[in-house]
Formats: sequence, C-alpha cells, structure tokens
Amino acid sequence: MNMREKIQTAAARYPDQRSAIMPALLIAQKEHGHLPGPVLEEIADILDVERIWVYELATFYTLFHTEPVGMFHLQLCDNVSCMLRGAEDLLEHLEVVLGIKKGDTTPDGLFTLTTVECLGACEVAPVMQVGDDYHGDLNIARIDALLDRLRAVVGQATGAGIAAVAPPGE
Amino acid sequence: MFEPVLLRNVDVPDGHLLATYRASGGYQALAKALDEHTPDEIIDLVKASNLRGRGGAGFPTGLKWSFVPKRAGKPKYLCCNADEGEPGTFKDRIIMERDPHQLIEGMAISAYAIGAETAYVYIRGEYTLAIQRLEQAIAEAHAQGYLGARIQGSDFNFVVHIHCGAGAYICGEETAMLDSLEGKRAQPRLKPPFPAVEGLYASPTVVNNVETLACVPHIVARGADWFRDIGPDKSPGPKLYCLSGQVRKPGLYELPMGISLRELVEDRAGGPLPGRKIKAVIPGGVSAPLIPAHGLDVGMDFDSLAAAGSMLGSAGVIVIDDSTCMVKVATRIIEFFHHESCGKCTPCREGLNWVVKVLRRIEAGQGAPGDLEQLEALCKGIFGNTFCALGDGAAMGLRAALVHFKHEFVAHIEERRCPYH
Repeated sequence: MNMREKIQTAAARYPDQRSAIMPALLIAQKEHGHLPGPVLEEIADILDVERIWVYELATFYTLFHTEPVGMFHLQLCDNVSCMLRGAEDLLEHLEVVLGIKKGDTTPDGLFTLTTVECLGACEVAPVMQVGDDYHGDLNIARIDALLDRLRAVVGQATGAGIAAVAPPGE
Repeated sequence: MFEPVLLRNVDVPDGHLLATYRASGGYQALAKALDEHTPDEIIDLVKASNLRGRGGAGFPTGLKWSFVPKRAGKPKYLCCNADEGEPGTFKDRIIMERDPHQLIEGMAISAYAIGAETAYVYIRGEYTLAIQRLEQAIAEAHAQGYLGARIQGSDFNFVVHIHCGAGAYICGEETAMLDSLEGKRAQPRLKPPFPAVEGLYASPTVVNNVETLACVPHIVARGADWFRDIGPDKSPGPKLYCLSGQVRKPGLYELPMGISLRELVEDRAGGPLPGRKIKAVIPGGVSAPLIPAHGLDVGMDFDSLAAAGSMLGSAGVIVIDDSTCMVKVATRIIEFFHHESCGKCTPCREGLNWVVKVLRRIEAGQGAPGDLEQLEALCKGIFGNTFCALGDGAAMGLRAALVHFKHEFVAHIEERRCPYH
C-alpha cells in the first residue's frame, strides 16, 4: 500500500475523518522520517480536513517531528526512575562520545540525541528508545556496545530500510 | 498465599497467543456473561465487587458504567485508556505485551454491559511491541468469534480499534484523551457533561484503564464476593504495583490491594540497594506526594493513602535512597509537569514555569532567601485553580517535598550549593 492507501484504510476506523489525522501523521512520519509542510498539506488533502488541524497536531504531540532527525534517534529517558538509576551519567557519556549536545544531530546524520519523558519501562531503568526498540538496564559499556552495533548496521546496510536492520534488543 | 490473577500468563511462553489464553480459562467469562447475564446484571456484579478504576482516580467502575443512558439514540463507545504516561508506571504495557487477550475479553464484557458495539484502545505510540501484540490478538479474537458480529452465537456485536497516541501525558485525563481521539489537541474538557452522557463524538462513552478492564473477566468468572474478599472492602481486588528506582528488585508485582508499602518495598522488592537507606517513596507515580521513610507502614489502597496525605494513583512506586538530593527529585518532577502542561489554563501553564525557574536556581546553588515562601505562594496559586488534576498533582508533589525535606532546600540556599554534588 502507498501512503495514501494506508491513510485511507486507517480513516475507515472512524466515523469522523478528523480522528484519522493522528494515525495519518504516524504513517507519514514512518514513510518520510519527519513531517515537513508539504507532507502535512498532503495529509490534509487526503483526509479532506482543514490544514490547520493537521499542523496543530504535528506541533502539539512530542512524537511528531517537523524537522529532520538522524537515522538513529536516541531517546534517553531522564525522568525520575531513570534519573535515580544513572540516566544523567549516560547522557553526559553520549554527549561526549557523539560529540553533540542533547537535541542535536551528528554531522553525518546518523544520530539524533534527545531526552524524553518516562517511556513506561521503569523496571529496566535506565532506558533508551532507538527507533521502535527499547534498550533497558543500560550502563556506559552497554551504550558503547549499542552504538557499535548501530554503526555496524549502517556499514552493512546498502539500501535496506531502518526497520529491516533494527538492532537486536538488550 | 496470594495467587496471581492478572499476571497469571505473563511469564508463560507465548502468553500473548489466544491458545495460551484459552488454556488458562480465557474467554469463558465472556461466554458466561453472554449466556447467563443481562447487561444490567453485569453492571450490578461489577458494582457489587467494589472494583475501582486502576488508572489513578479510583472511581467505582460499576457506578461509572451505570451513568450511561440506556436509550441514547446514538452509538455508545468504550474507550480503553492505554496511554500509560505517569512516570514510574509500566503495568498496562506488560498486560498488553504479554496477555493482551485478557484486556480484549475484559473490553468485550464491559462493552456488552454498557451497550457499546465499538471500542478504541488509546495506546502510547512508543509501545511498539504492545501495539503489535494487541493487533495480533484482536485479529485472532476476530477469527475465533470473540470479536465481530454475533459473538459466540449471541446478538452482541463488538469491534475493537487501536488508536496510537503521540506523546502527551495529558491524555491520561479522560476528556483530553477523547479530544485527542477526535483528532484535536489533547486538552481537558469542561465537565459536565461527563463522558458517560456526552463523550466521544458527543455520544455516551465509558473510559476505563487497561488494568481495570483486565479485572472484569475475573469478577464475572469468580464472582463479586471473591473480588471483594481480597484487600480492604471499600478498595478491594488484586493490584499491580510497579516498583522502580533505587530498590534491589524493580519489577511488576501483583499483590492484594492494601498491602503495606513497607512490605512491598522492603520484602517483596528486596529493600534498598546495598549500603543504602531508603529516604522516601513515591507510592503512585510522580503525581502522588512522596512519603518519607518513617511513613512506610501505610496500606497501598485508595483510602489509606489518601488518609496519609498521598494517593495510590497508578501504583507506580518509586524508591529514593539517601544518596539522592530531594531538591533535584522535586525539580525533575516539576520539569515533567511543566513540559506536559497542555497550556489550556494559566495557573498550570504559567505557574509551573515559575516553579521550575525557582527550583532550578535553588538546585544550582543560586537560591535566595524567600524562595521557599515563593514556592509555597506559587503552589497556592496552582492548587485547586486549574482546569484538570495535572496542576494539582504537581503542586501536591512539590508541597510534600517542601514539608518533609525542607532542611535540604534550606541547606541549598544557605550553603549556596547542592550538598549532594
């Protein structure tokens, strides 16, 4: 299915097309990596809804990115449970080894580093989400091993999508 | 010995598959409900069980269902709130990942009781595995006639759709979640009208938490008396407790409602990390005011914790030890609420902004005399003056830290540094 068909299939679940904006944004973001203006306008056209409705959701909810993110989006939880298990040290380490500050993307476009609110996996704190995968019980050695795996994946991947080369869980 | 009910399948291999669920007695309660009970009888049964909402508010579930008008002239909806965002909480994720049919069966029985033919599960977008497992379980349940038209030969039709959230804590508030489902920014609605009368698409709607719905098949199968006999009479049942933070055995524990916080933390979860002492425990996610170490002999149920000045909330139990700076914890909690404030009302949006600024400067050793009075004044301006409970939760949490650990705040200001650095 192309993006339009996926969005139309999702829209059939609701009596009101406006409800399908959020699913449409998630579908479009999976397709494009982020949500630039023209994509938002395409969604409005597909669903035949006001453009402002699409824009306001894309900018209200934190999972939507209107700016490009790196191939691997490192989302480190630093909420209380993870903070109590050393998330701050992990953030500092990631900033040093990646050579960027949180919120930034490495110049090669591989990694974007952000901190996020509770990921709901506090039993294995500290936790980081990379793409669709959760990585728990993290420490500096495991973070280094994870970064090595991600870099190796890029080395091997030739034309494969990120989903197809998702790193194994911890 | 308490026998786990809600978690009975979570450690079973393939616990997420229909075959496993059925082998553990799954879907017999749905058949029983459809064969032997009218919808009103199911509502009465759940009322008699004293089941109270596990999302945090503790509202009686059967009573909530009974507010749905019998003849609405509109479709009715059941919404499952699976947007689990309260920091320190992960119980709903584990149910959906490892035993999703338990939730589906609970939803089917609940929908039958209120007369809904459509349900939406509003689930966190981050919960990829839970979403996959729930999608798979819904497809399996359809194929076996537990969802769809004329379920198990009855006249009851019911479908479940998944709706992925996109990162907004405020969706824990049920009317904000409904606005989000309608494709709007998630902001709470003015009540009344309550969702039971005018909810999703202005139709009668019940919003229940995952764990609440997961309790329903067991109540139908084993009876209201069985449920009420577990834990305190007014706040009974099996309960999922999420243990995290500075504790030896973090994890999800199923134990009776009302178990003592001390037993939960010190015995079940193994107590503090080696060489450390417990300083405080947050009993119900960061919205719940912390309890200092000397107050751990309190029952983990809605009424006992309310009497102790805190709340059960989502039962996200976060353990904090003596290596941790309480100003830092308080700052991080308020930063969270400030980030998640939906922006609708001024006391929460602006008030929390100021609270964060004052807390950050105290933690950085730049606090001024009068800052603590300033914080209290800000709490007073927020508490009770906000549109929903988000601002209240923030103010209550901060006040508890200020009351029980005032000396740490004072030390930061007087020494002009964080004593823990």
